[in-house]
Amino acid sequence: MSNEAHMHGHAEVITHHDVHHDEHHVHHHKETFITKYIFSQDHKTIGKQFLITGIIWAIIGGLFSVLFRLQLGFPEQTFPILETFFGKWAKGGVIQPEFYYALVTIHGTVLVFFVLTAGLSGTFANLLIPLQLGARDMASPFLNMLSYWFFFIASVIMFSSLFVHTGPASGGWTVYPPLSALHQAGLGSRIGMDLWLVSMAMFIVSSLLGGLNYIATILNMRTKGMSMTRMPLTMWAILFTAILGVLSFPVLLSGAILLLFDRNLGTSFYLSDIYVQGQILPNEGGSAILFQHLFWFLGHPEVYIILLPAMGMVSEILSVNSRKPIFGYMAMVGSLFAICILAFLVWAHHMFVTGLNPFLGAFFVLLTLLIAVPSAIKVFNWLTTLWRGNIRFTPATLFAIGFVSLFISGGLTGLFLGNSTIDIHLHDTKFVVAHFHIVMGVASMFGMHAGIYHWFPKMFGRYLNNTLGYIHFWVTMIGAYLIFWPMHYEGMAGVPRRYLDLRGWHSFNKFDDLNKMITVVSIIVFAMQLMFVFNFFYSIFKGRKVRTQNPWGANTLEWTTPINPGHGNWPGEIPEVHRWAYDYAKDGREFIPQTEPVGPNETSH
Amino acid sequence: MTTTFIIVILLLGFLITFQIAKASEYVSVMRGEERARKQNNRINAFLLLVFLIAGLIGVYYCNATYGPKILRFGSAASNHGVDVDNMLKITLIITGIVFVITQFCLFWFAYKYQESETRKAYYYPHNNKLEVLWTAVPAIVLTVMVGFGLYYWFRITGEAPKDSMVVEVTGSQFKWEFRYPGKDKVLGKKYYRAIDEGANNPLGQLWDDPANHDDIYVMGEPLHLVVNKPVKLVINAKDVIHDVGLSHFRLKMDAVPGTPTTMWFTPTKTTADMKRETGDPDFVFELSCDQMCGQGHFNMRGTIIVESQTEFDLWMAKQKPKYYMAFPSKAPDFIPGQDTTKTKEATAMLPTQK
Repeated sequence: MSNEAHMHGHAEVITHHDVHHDEHHVHHHKETFITKYIFSQDHKTIGKQFLITGIIWAIIGGLFSVLFRLQLGFPEQTFPILETFFGKWAKGGVIQPEFYYALVTIHGTVLVFFVLTAGLSGTFANLLIPLQLGARDMASPFLNMLSYWFFFIASVIMFSSLFVHTGPASGGWTVYPPLSALHQAGLGSRIGMDLWLVSMAMFIVSSLLGGLNYIATILNMRTKGMSMTRMPLTMWAILFTAILGVLSFPVLLSGAILLLFDRNLGTSFYLSDIYVQGQILPNEGGSAILFQHLFWFLGHPEVYIILLPAMGMVSEILSVNSRKPIFGYMAMVGSLFAICILAFLVWAHHMFVTGLNPFLGAFFVLLTLLIAVPSAIKVFNWLTTLWRGNIRFTPATLFAIGFVSLFISGGLTGLFLGNSTIDIHLHDTKFVVAHFHIVMGVASMFGMHAGIYHWFPKMFGRYLNNTLGYIHFWVTMIGAYLIFWPMHYEGMAGVPRRYLDLRGWHSFNKFDDLNKMITVVSIIVFAMQLMFVFNFFYSIFKGRKVRTQNPWGANTLEWTTPINPGHGNWPGEIPEVHRWAYDYAKDGREFIPQTEPVGPNETSH
Repeated sequence: MTTTFIIVILLLGFLITFQIAKASEYVSVMRGEERARKQNNRINAFLLLVFLIAGLIGVYYCNATYGPKILRFGSAASNHGVDVDNMLKITLIITGIVFVITQFCLFWFAYKYQESETRKAYYYPHNNKLEVLWTAVPAIVLTVMVGFGLYYWFRITGEAPKDSMVVEVTGSQFKWEFRYPGKDKVLGKKYYRAIDEGANNPLGQLWDDPANHDDIYVMGEPLHLVVNKPVKLVINAKDVIHDVGLSHFRLKMDAVPGTPTTMWFTPTKTTADMKRETGDPDFVFELSCDQMCGQGHFNMRGTIIVESQTEFDLWMAKQKPKYYMAFPSKAPDFIPGQDTTKTKEATAMLPTQK
């Protein structure tokens, strides 16, 4: 139908042919299996590569969480099967402390970076940028391909670190030195730590190549008529995500390299006055806190690198399925921008109890709580988007609604932790674990699920099994709240995070039942995710076929491509855009695609 | 055996769910996809409403079950703890209200505005008045929260009172060591290269500094504090970063190697008070390491006794400066030939203090 819309256009539709003239032949050259599926430069294939690699990592990371939940829920029990699989790491069927800490460290690293950064932005930025902007591919398809392969190398290195005999890194995903800098400080600080750092360096290269490409493409390669303010919110979200990544990841790289120097070359960037395991070290003058500044200068924007793409997709999906424009488009863009700026100015709120100057801390409190303003705007706008809509509950819609619910819950607990006074008490307790899992982990995962359910038809020309989608949503939604809501109470009782056994503590040892419940639920939720993965791969080959070009009745350009678009996306000319992406329910029409010229009698918004 | 059993059950459940899902897909194709879709829509809209109601009940139930187990308001055992609890109360009330309203709107709208043939979606792209309203209101509320927060924050992190007692806390894998300044009320200088555990100098005290000669070293037994007397902790770490976590006092401060930090507070309740208040005869103030420090992190525990000045003085009188253990011949009660037994006596006395 959008092609018809195309026909209605007048002379100016023709004039843009030559604009993209030089890109026309891209999809003509011959493709072998290797260039098509492995070293592919097609953004859609690269997106799928990111997604599938991300899914594999999500399974590993999720499995690790189930393993350490077993220890947390049943510390007195033995699981002989674990010894069968993990040998000395689970001696006598009991998860050893080194193993436990390795599990939490890799769980955190993998989910934050490999799943929710690469798997989420990597997938949807690659898939959606050219499709929603009306471009044949990314600005540099070759760099784009490299971006995936650097991620792949990072994955291989991280994966190999799981098999070294002293085990992978185990100092927590934040790898604070001196613990991560001193070989003597623990098994996880040996070769596993070096591999972790090298892997992260590769990952940063990957994310920089990707990010620069996303920015260049969004700024330069929009089709005719696609002004910045006509872009779908997914594009804005991805643009800000990429800017955040490009500006902050290099800082982590420098932090990681200095740490590598301290570990292996005898420098003292982070080390001073250390007496470890009976040994006096010569290092003097370094600052352990310096690393935390470098780490969190990325680490905090990283939270938004994870969250923003999910926000963008949720905005798009809620609007499409409410059959109603997103409420306050400019406010949505503005709040994304505000979050993007503030994200750089709040990193030290992770460091209120490091001995940070209290006066400096005050500014970080102010700026941190300030983020609640754009976040509140977004929430209210989503709510208003649903209000008086005509909502279709596809699995994607449900996950988007789940995202908003979780974002509210987790965002509000951020007001506790961002306030330094309360943070003194709740810092590094289970409250923090509950907070960031809800707001960053589970919420973004919901955004990612929403995106997968929504754009799966575009990716593979087939649908995911709908019923499984509903079951997946409800089990995950209920499970997420059952796992993380009561965990706040543990934190309010002062239970520190990263404690694998509370039996030695008089004040903390009173949550046996709760921990058992959480473990059981997390096993069920994990099994449900496996079911989703099964659905995913099954549906790629056997899913119901997509028969209409625009199954959701959406306005954006990706639904004007053929059901299975080839390299180059549009067989003919690239469509021209005449309006914003959110003309739903306008003038009595259910939806008006972006390609349709503005009619003479149309009301303006 | 049970493990295999559980795995088999899981697999079976997996298979059955998948078959049901597949069958339902066929059924929906047979019955007409549009009809099936509409039915699914109604079911899910209803479930969203159920989730809202069940969720709010769950929130209440969760609070009823676990609320009594948290550190209750009013149970804080330090002056700063009261401030923290107050801030927590303010934040809980504000966020609680926002939580209920927004979650209600979200699920209620979803249910109310589910797809229906009789309704058309309302074209409502923006409304500047509304936008200004919900920018301004959160901004004002947050200003209040920041205001209170910073007021308390500066009270907590401000200078310690002049008459504070000083205690040094040192963390290392995986134990806590304490040092009192002794009669001169000055902690002697130390340098990490002087650490020599074999020569009775675990903290690296510089014995040239006379201020070190009366410093009292405590390890493996509780830290003693005086009720209603401000105490300033000088916090160090020897190897990696640790954290002095005092949840009953609502306080926390990192112990960073090479960068000493400080934290002060006034304990307002003695251990005996807390035993009475909690009705728990085994109550003990615990000092937990709250910063990941290695494989023994979860067991890096210290305990604290808060007592009256008299009790404290009695305990302190029995402590011997570390200096005399390092140099037994310097001890005032030194009798040549008996130094080893003396040291033993001093250590033997320690457990009786518990």
